[in-house]
Amino acid sequence: MTQTTLTRKIWMALTGLFLCFFLVIHLLGNLQLLLPAAESQLQFNAYSHLLSGNILIKIISWVLYASIIAHVVYAIIITAANTRAQKQKYHYDRRGTVSKWYSRNMGLLGTIIFIFLVIHFRDFWYVYKFGQLPLDARGNKDLYTLVMEVYSQTWYVGVYVICMVALCYHLLHGFFSAARTLGVYHPKYVRWIKVLGWIYSVGICAGFAIIPVYVHFLK
Amino acid sequence: MHIRLKVWRQENTDSAGKLESYELQNVNEDMSFLEMLDVLNEQLMKQGVRPVEFDHDCREGICGQCGVMINGRPHGPLKNTTTCQLHMRSFRDGEEIYIEPFRATAFPVKCDLKVDRSSFDRIIQSGGFISVNTGQAPEANTTRISSPLAESAFDAAACIGCGACVAVCKNSSAALFTSAKITHMALLPQGKEEAQDRVLHMVNQMDAEGFGHCTNTEACEVVCPQEISVLHIARMNWEFNKAHILRK
Repeated sequence: MTQTTLTRKIWMALTGLFLCFFLVIHLLGNLQLLLPAAESQLQFNAYSHLLSGNILIKIISWVLYASIIAHVVYAIIITAANTRAQKQKYHYDRRGTVSKWYSRNMGLLGTIIFIFLVIHFRDFWYVYKFGQLPLDARGNKDLYTLVMEVYSQTWYVGVYVICMVALCYHLLHGFFSAARTLGVYHPKYVRWIKVLGWIYSVGICAGFAIIPVYVHFLK
Repeated sequence: MHIRLKVWRQENTDSAGKLESYELQNVNEDMSFLEMLDVLNEQLMKQGVRPVEFDHDCREGICGQCGVMINGRPHGPLKNTTTCQLHMRSFRDGEEIYIEPFRATAFPVKCDLKVDRSSFDRIIQSGGFISVNTGQAPEANTTRISSPLAESAFDAAACIGCGACVAVCKNSSAALFTSAKITHMALLPQGKEEAQDRVLHMVNQMDAEGFGHCTNTEACEVVCPQEISVLHIARMNWEFNKAHILRK
């Protein structure tokens, strides 16, 4: 299939929506960290062990890595083409007054999220997969204690919350933009998707942000 | 009123342009923006300076010929207005007004404020038509078109092709223009027959002209003189996806 501006956007939409779906699952798993300490430790570690051993989860994780890479690569291709489409800049530019700032700065927000992902993978994913972790009472790798240690650092919680705000704005535009790219043109459903996008974006990001804050101050 | 102008002057497509400063005294606030430029040109001609070239035709807001960037926005500070329907009362006495041409790689500057928008014509030529049988005019009621359908097709057809959507877009995307032309025909029974080829050809032509990707910032709808809805872009995407999935 030849690449047009529209097909590239479809890839952005499909990979983006898959990542949206993944965030829901990821958040539901993480919410176990809010349980009372003893119960939370065993349950969270058992859950992590279950995910790392399951073949179905393994396939999904490969789709996930591919989606992240494709989303980033297409973003770069699209941005490069858009820059070529407007070589000469305006000397006096007030175009920003007619659109939302986050809709114009998806690349910047995406870069913040990407940097967050690098930190996130290094601290948890890499250590769990390739590092040495002590075992808990049931013999599962003790990811829970690692998470608690990381979340006890104030700067880390601060960075985490800032990144979740960036993610929220990214999702706010991304969710609705994906629906538009896929061709939802009926005014009624467009309205629903706007509302759903707000609920989804704020819900996901508030959910993720609450966990380190709760652990840091109350656990 | 007294105004200070910064106008983009450029000899031709290949030359480098720059902003020149001019001052106008005794500007009537009931003048349209283009009439103000006429007054400027009269003054320049008396001084022996080459007048500022700009596009215009009907000066009634319906032809889509005029269009310049005024203080960083296409067609100036008002929403949904053409440059000719903007009046000097929208500016303050003593205000500095920047006037630049619409900028996009697909809209090369021809001279001063005049840009070459023939890329739009080529998008239309690539698919913005229907094939009809020649001969006697058919009975008018053979093809039934309900009033709401005719109205919504007309909403899309109202696009005057001024290019403000491209000028305001941070990506110089022509999605609003192209989608309006596609939707206009996709809605009507006469347009159904060639719907697949039309959307594919027009999107390919839009890309070939060097327009950017639509990232749904929706700025285009705000500045469009005809209030063309961004939902037409969604419908273009729908038609495009459908054509890709269903074509043989």
